[in-house]
Amino acid sequence: MSTQVVPKKVYFLIFAILMVLTFLTVQAAFYNLGVLNIVVVITIAVIKATLVVLYFMHVRYSDRLTWVVVAGGFAWLLVLLVLTLSDYFARGWLRS
Amino acid sequence: MSEAHASHLHQFDSPEQQRESASLGMWVFIAQEIMFFGGLFLAYVVYRNLYHDAFAAASHHLDLRFGAFNTAVLIASSLTMALAVHAAQLGHRKVLVSFLIATIFLGSVFLGVKVVEYHDKFVHHLVPGANFQFEGPLEHQAEIFYSLYFAMTGLHALHMVVGVGLLAWLVYAATRGRYTPEYYSPVEMSGLYWHFVDIVWIFLFPFLYLISRH
Repeated sequence: MSTQVVPKKVYFLIFAILMVLTFLTVQAAFYNLGVLNIVVVITIAVIKATLVVLYFMHVRYSDRLTWVVVAGGFAWLLVLLVLTLSDYFARGWLRS
Repeated sequence: MSEAHASHLHQFDSPEQQRESASLGMWVFIAQEIMFFGGLFLAYVVYRNLYHDAFAAASHHLDLRFGAFNTAVLIASSLTMALAVHAAQLGHRKVLVSFLIATIFLGSVFLGVKVVEYHDKFVHHLVPGANFQFEGPLEHQAEIFYSLYFAMTGLHALHMVVGVGLLAWLVYAATRGRYTPEYYSPVEMSGLYWHFVDIVWIFLFPFLYLISRH
């Protein structure tokens, strides 16, 4: 955590961006973009989550040790997802 | 509990170190929460690939308007929570209490909408179990979708209930002047928790409501 006080306007700006992204992801869902639908949805969700983590959760202003723990948390999630799904796909159990 | 005049507990070198320790511990907790929800998301991804058509059909029974409205409500509650922490840092007690109450209100709105949605699923026999009914040959696969829907949104809603409880406790403590610009860790830590729960919904909403909407 930091003792740094983040200006209020930063919070309002992040809030506005999050709302716009929510609107965009809802709109995009009504168009059939094939595989791109999932890519768009996940990309927007990841951007939104990153903004929340960096600004609302103050990670951008935090010390290095916090950065390592945060990155470690998400890296472990990627291990869970990537290793398991690569196994499923490699065996042809999905999308058959 | 530290004395009113002590800026930090005796095991810490400085208030700064005490704050960093609290933040680090909270992030370790959140890291395990990521894995906790991560397993459910993984199950969802695997089953959605296995039963693609059934998941698309079942997902259409969710009301997009409720989901989108709740997403906006939760993002707004994250803003009020961030502003509450901001007020705590500056020592503005009344502003802090106001924003905490606003966050509780928005969290309650979210849970209220969730109750309406769950009620709708009960009425339409979309709750997995003996009374589950789904038109077509994909009934059992659709039941898996709704099992995951209730497990994921239910666990998320449980986190919201806990969050509202934490905020109520903060309101009680804040009105008694327990937080100062030197010591407001409980406000900041509850904020981290609240924002994390928001992030879970940021992923739940598109996965459950949006994918295969077109």
